[in-house]
Amino acid sequence: MALKAAMAVTGAILVLFLIAHMYGNLMIFGGPQTFDTYSAHLRELGEPMLPYEGFLWIMRVVLLASVLVHAYAAVTLWMRARRARPAGQRYHTKKSVQRSYASYTMRWGGVVVVLFVIYHILHLTTNDIAPGGASASPYERVVNGFQIWWVVLSYVIALAAVGFHLRHGIWSAVATLGGNRAGRQRSLNIIATGLSLVVTIGFLIPPFAVLLGLVK
Amino acid sequence: MNITLRVWRQKSRDDEGRMVTYQVEDVSPDMSFLEMLDVLNEKLTLDGHEPVAFDHDCREGICGACGVVINGVAHGPETTTTCQLHMRSFKDGDVIDVEPWRAKAFPVIKDLVVDRGAFDRIIQAGGYISAPTGTAPDAHAMPVPKADADRAFDAATCIGCGACVAACPNASGMLFTAAKVTHLGMLPQGQPERAARVVKMVNQHDEEDFGGCTNIGECAAVCPKGIPLDTISQLNRDLLGSLASGNPK
Amino acid sequence: MTELYIEGAPIKDEKAPEGPIEQRWDKRRFSAKLVNPANRRKLSVIIVGTGLAGASAAATLGEAGYQVTSFCYQDSPRRAHSIAAQGGINAAKNYRNDGDSIYRLFYDTVKGGDFRSRESNVYRLAQVSVEIIDQCVAQGVPFAREYGGLLDNRSFGGVQVSRTFYARGQTGQQLLIGAYQALERQIAAGTVRMHTRHEMLELIVVDGRARGVIVRDMVSGEIETHFADAVVLASGGYGNVFFLSTNAMGCNVTATWRAHRKGALFANPCYTQIHPTCIPVSGDYQSKLTLMSESLRNDGRIWVPKEAGDDRDPRQIPEEERDYYLERIYPSFGNLVPRDIASRAAKNVCDEGRGVGPGGLGVYLDFADAIKRMGLPAVEAKYGNLFDMYQRITGENPYEVPMRIYPAVHYTMGGLWVDYDLQSTIPGLFVTGEANFSDHGANRLGASALMQGLADGYFVLPNTINDYLASGPFESLDENTPEAKEAADAVRARIDKLLSVNGNRTVDSFHKELGHIMWDYCGMERSEEGLRKAIERIRELRDEFWQNVKVTGTNEELNQALEKAGRVADFFELAELMCIDALHRRESCGGHFRAESQTEDGEALRHDDEFAYVAAWEFTGTGEQPVLHKENLEYEYVEMKQRSYK
Ligand SMILES: Cc1cc2nc3c(=O)[nH]c(=O)nc-3n(C[C@H](O)[C@H](O)[C@H](O)COP(=O)(O)OP(=O)(O)OC[C@H]3O[C@@H](n4cnc5c(N)ncnc54)[C@H](O)[C@@H]3O)c2cc1C
Ligand code: HEM
Ligand code: HEM
Ligand code: SF4
Ligand code: F3S
Ligand code: FES
Repeated sequence: MALKAAMAVTGAILVLFLIAHMYGNLMIFGGPQTFDTYSAHLRELGEPMLPYEGFLWIMRVVLLASVLVHAYAAVTLWMRARRARPAGQRYHTKKSVQRSYASYTMRWGGVVVVLFVIYHILHLTTNDIAPGGASASPYERVVNGFQIWWVVLSYVIALAAVGFHLRHGIWSAVATLGGNRAGRQRSLNIIATGLSLVVTIGFLIPPFAVLLGLVK
Repeated sequence: MNITLRVWRQKSRDDEGRMVTYQVEDVSPDMSFLEMLDVLNEKLTLDGHEPVAFDHDCREGICGACGVVINGVAHGPETTTTCQLHMRSFKDGDVIDVEPWRAKAFPVIKDLVVDRGAFDRIIQAGGYISAPTGTAPDAHAMPVPKADADRAFDAATCIGCGACVAACPNASGMLFTAAKVTHLGMLPQGQPERAARVVKMVNQHDEEDFGGCTNIGECAAVCPKGIPLDTISQLNRDLLGSLASGNPK
Repeated sequence: MTELYIEGAPIKDEKAPEGPIEQRWDKRRFSAKLVNPANRRKLSVIIVGTGLAGASAAATLGEAGYQVTSFCYQDSPRRAHSIAAQGGINAAKNYRNDGDSIYRLFYDTVKGGDFRSRESNVYRLAQVSVEIIDQCVAQGVPFAREYGGLLDNRSFGGVQVSRTFYARGQTGQQLLIGAYQALERQIAAGTVRMHTRHEMLELIVVDGRARGVIVRDMVSGEIETHFADAVVLASGGYGNVFFLSTNAMGCNVTATWRAHRKGALFANPCYTQIHPTCIPVSGDYQSKLTLMSESLRNDGRIWVPKEAGDDRDPRQIPEEERDYYLERIYPSFGNLVPRDIASRAAKNVCDEGRGVGPGGLGVYLDFADAIKRMGLPAVEAKYGNLFDMYQRITGENPYEVPMRIYPAVHYTMGGLWVDYDLQSTIPGLFVTGEANFSDHGANRLGASALMQGLADGYFVLPNTINDYLASGPFESLDENTPEAKEAADAVRARIDKLLSVNGNRTVDSFHKELGHIMWDYCGMERSEEGLRKAIERIRELRDEFWQNVKVTGTNEELNQALEKAGRVADFFELAELMCIDALHRRESCGGHFRAESQTEDGEALRHDDEFAYVAAWEFTGTGEQPVLHKENLEYEYVEMKQRSYK
C-alpha cells in the first residue's frame, strides 16, 4: 500500500535531480571554465565537513536508492496489473477513451530511461564510452561527444522517453500524494506538460548547441 | 438497421470462451442495447440455441447490474450504463464487439455475466458507518455544511457497476473504493471510523487481486455516474494521513 | 359470480391492540415476549430479499444477535429494486413547522388509501417514520440539505405539507445503500450469511410452521434446502405481471406466491398503482417502462389534440385545437390531480383516438409555457436531469418538442395478508415491505413505500418477531424431513417440466401476451365483462404455456430463460386471482375504476357499505375456486368520505 507513495516520492526526487542537472548543463554556455568549475564544485561541495566528492556520493546513493525503490515499486505494480488481468482475460477489442500516450508508455519508457542512464554515465561520467575522444575536462567530454550526430540522436530519443515519462509521472505523483482536487485537474495537467517540456528542451539545448557549432 | 454482433460466449467459469458472430436484423434506433440483445435471444431460442446470458435488472441506469464492453469501451460509446445506451448511437451495418468485464477479481460466470462479489467484500471491510438501529440521535443534531453534503452525494452516486475496473489498464478498483471512502469521509458521521476505514478498504481491495492505480483516468472517463477522478486523490490523501498517524497496515 | 370463488369465514387481526391509537404500538411492544440476548444466538431467521425491507431487517436482527440467512436473486444485495425509487421518503418530522404531525401523516395516508387500510397499522407507520430519518442520517445517507446544513424537505404527491426527504432523484438508491452497508457490516461480523444469486422457489412448512425455504443457486443450478426458526419474505411487488411496468426485470411474485400456495392468504391482489408520468412505449421490443418524476406536473401542461387522428407536429397545432383536458375537467386541481385520476384521464383520451406518438399511446406534457414564464435556465435547473433522461431514451429534445407521457404500472398495494406483527396466516412466516398488503389500502401516497419498507425492517419486525421466536428454538430438521424433501422434489419436478416441454414459443412471448391481457382488462379501468374474458384467456394461455413453452439449456448452469419461465408460470396463477379479486370488488376505489360503479359525471364511486374490508384469498389449487376471507375495516379516527377533485 505504501508502494504507491514510495513510487511518488522517489519519482519526485528523481525529477528534482533532473531539474538541477538540467540547470547545471546549461552552464555549458558559460564556456569551459564555468562548466568545469561547476563540475569540480560539485565534488568539493560540503568540504571540509564532507570529504572530497562526499556530497556527490551522498547524492549518488540517494539517486541509486531512489531508482531501485522506484523500479522495484514499478515492477511490483506491473506484475500486479498482469495478475489482475491475466493473459486469458484480455480484451479482443480495447479502445482508450482518454488515456494519454505518456501513460501508455510508462513502463517500457522507464526501462529505456534507465538503460540510457547507464549508457550516459559510461559516456560522460566514467568516459568509458568516448565516441569523440576522452578527456579529463567534463566540458570537453560533452563537446567531443555531441559533435557526432548519432550521439545527439541517441540523447534525443532518450529525452523523448524522459519527457513522456515525466509528463504522466509528475501528474501521477501529485495525484498519488493526494494533491488532485476538484477543479485542479486541468491546471495540474498543464503544469505536468509544461514541466516535462521545459526539462526535455532544457536538456536538449546543450547537445544541439554543440552539434550546430554554437559551443565549441 | 442491420447489425453484426461479435459476442463473447463462454459456457461456464471453466470454459475457454470465444467470440461468436451473429446477425441482428431490423434493429430500431429506439431500442436500448439490451433490448437489441433481447431480440437476438428470442431468435436464438427459437432456433434452438442458448440465448446470450447478460446481467441486468432495473434497465434504467441505477441498479448497476448491467455492463458489457462494447467495441472496446466499458458501457459503450456514451457515458451511461449499457441499459441506457440506445441503438441510435450506432449505424446500419456496424460490427459491434461485445465482451464481459475482464479482470481476475471479476471472474466470468457465463457469457457476459461476471462475479462482482469482490466489491461487496470491499464494503464489508469497512465501507459503512457503524450505527446500530435505534441508536441514532435526531437527524438535525448534526448539521452538515452543504458543500460537504454535496461532495459526499456526488461520490455516493456510484452504482457499483464495475465499469471502472473493466476500463482500467491495471484492472484496478480504485475509483469504486475511493467513491465509498469519499462518500463516508466527507460526512461528520463518518469521521470516527475514517482513518481505519480507508486502510481496511484498500487492503481488501488489494487482496481481491485488483491491480494498483497508476492514475491513468480511464475509469472516470467511462464511469456512468461521473465519479470524478479526484476522488482517488481524496482516497490517497486519507490513506497517507491514516498511515502517517500510525494506523496499522 | 360465485362460481369463480367461494366465500369463507371472516378473519381478524388478532394481534392488533385496542385502546387509544397513539398508545397501541407501545402496548404491543410491551406485551410481546422478549428473547434474552444469550438465547438469540440459538435462534435463526431466513430473510428473502435485500431491498429496503429485507436489508434493514437483516441488519437489525443481525445486530440483535440472531443468526440470519439472507437471499437475493441479484449478484449483490445492493441491487434490489428499491434502488430505483426516485422521489423521496415521507416522515412526520415537522421540520418545516407547517402543521405536520404524526396524526396528519396518518390521516393523509388513510385518506390516500381510499379508506381501505387499517388505522392501527397506518398510525404506527406514521409514528415510526420519525425514527427512520434519524437512523438513515446516522448511517450516512446523504439527504438533500440546505445552506444552513439542515435537511431539506419538499411537498410530494399532492399533500399540503412539506414532509418528503429526498436525495436528488435517487432517494431509493441512497436509502438502500445505507441499509446495504449496515447489512454488509453484519455479514463481516458473521451474524448474517448472505446468498446472492439464489432464488427462493418454495416454502417449507413443518407442523404448521414456516421452517425454511428451498432455493436454487442460480449459478450452479443446485437446489438447496435451508432451515430456520422463522422465515421473513421481503421480496417486493408483483407489478411485472403486466410485463411492462416500472419494476425491474427480475421482480417477481414467486416467493410470495409459493407461500400463498402453502397456505398464506393473499390480500387485495387487484390493488395496483398506475403512475401517470412514464415514458410511453415506442415499439413491441420494449422491455420495460421508465418512470419520470411526478414533479414534472408542477410546471408542465398536459394536452392532446382536439381532433382524433391529428398527427401534425405538436408545435404546429394551434392553441385553440388543443385540449388541456385535466385543466378542463378538474379546474381546481388541474394538472395536479392525484395519480389515479391523471392516469385514467390519459387512458380515456387515448381510447378516444386522440393519443399521440407511436400507437397513439401517449399525451403531451408541454413545458413551452413554463419556459416562457420561468425562463429556460430556471426550467433547466429544476428539471434538467429528467429532461436529459427523457432525451436519452426517446432521442427527442423536450426543451423544443413537448414530452410524451403515458401511465404505467408502478406499485402493488396487494400482497400477503399479515397481522399487526407482520405475521402471515402461516405461523413463523413474516412478510415485510411491498410484499405484504398492510399499510396503503387501495392506493399509496407518493414517498410512502420507502417509508413502509424501512419502518417494517428497522423498527416493526425486530420488535414483533421476538414474540414468536421466544417460543423457539424449534426442533432441528434436516433434508430428510418429509416436508422438506417433498418441497425440494416439487421444485425439481417443476424445473424438469419446464425444461422438457420444448415447444415453440419463448417465455417472453407468453409474458408479453399475459401482460396485454392484464393491462387491457385488469388495469386502470375494469368491468365485469372484461374481467371474465380476461380470466378465460389467462387460463387458455396458461395451458398453452405448459404445452408450448421453449426453455433451452439445462438446470445445472446459469440459465436465465429457466429463471424467467418459473416466474412467468407463477404470474399466470396470480393473474387469475387478481382478476377474480377485481371482479368481486364491484366498486371504484383507490387506483381502480370499476365501469359499473361511477357517479353521473363519470367519477369513481366507492361502496363503503359493501366493500370496506380486506379481501384475503386462500389458495385451493391451480384453476380451482379460491376462498375469500373478509377482514372488516373499522374507522374510529378518520371519517370515511368520497374523494372529490373537481
Ligand atoms: C421506478 C420506481 C420509483 C419509485 N419511487 C418511489 C418513491 O419515490 N418513493 C417511495 O416511497 N416509493 C417509491 N417506489 C416504490 C418503492 O421503491 C418500492 O415499493 C420499495 O422499494 C419496495 O421495497 P422492498 O424492500 O419491499 O422490495 P424490493 O426492493 O423490490 O426488494 C425485493 C428483494 O427481494 C429479492 N427477491 C425477490 N424475489 C425473490 C426470490 N424469489 N428469491 C430470492 N430473492 C427474491 C430481490 O432480490 C430483492 O432483494 C418506486 C418504485 C419504482 C418501481
Ligand atoms: C543532453 C543532456 C545531458 C547532458 C549534456 C548531461 C551531461 C552530464 C555530464 C557532463 C555528466 C557528468 C558530470 C560530472 O561527472 O561532473 C552527467 C552525469 C550524469 N547525468 Fe547527465 N546529462 C544529460 C542528460 C541526462 C539525463 C536525461 C539524465 C537522467 C535521466 C542524466 C543523468 C545523469 C546522471 C545520473 C549522472 C551521473 C551523476 C554522477 O553520479 O556523477 N543526464 N551528465
Ligand atoms: C527502472 C526504470 C523505471 C521504470 C520501470 C519506471 C516505471 C514507472 C512506472 C510504472 C511508474 C508508474 C506509473 C504511474 O504512476 O502512472 C512510474 C512513475 C514515475 N516515474 Fe518512473 N520508471 C523508471 C525510472 C524513472 C526515472 C529515472 C525517473 C526520473 C527521472 C522516473 C520518474 C517517475 C515519476 C516522477 C513517476 C510518478 C510517480 C507516481 O506514479 O506516483 N522514473 N515510473
Ligand atoms: S465508480 Fe463509476 S464505474 Fe466504478 S462502479 Fe461506481 S459507478 Fe461504476
Ligand atoms: S483507470 Fe486505473 S490506473 Fe487508476 S485512475 Fe483509474 S484506476
Ligand atoms: S440494468 Fe440497472 S443499471 Fe443497467
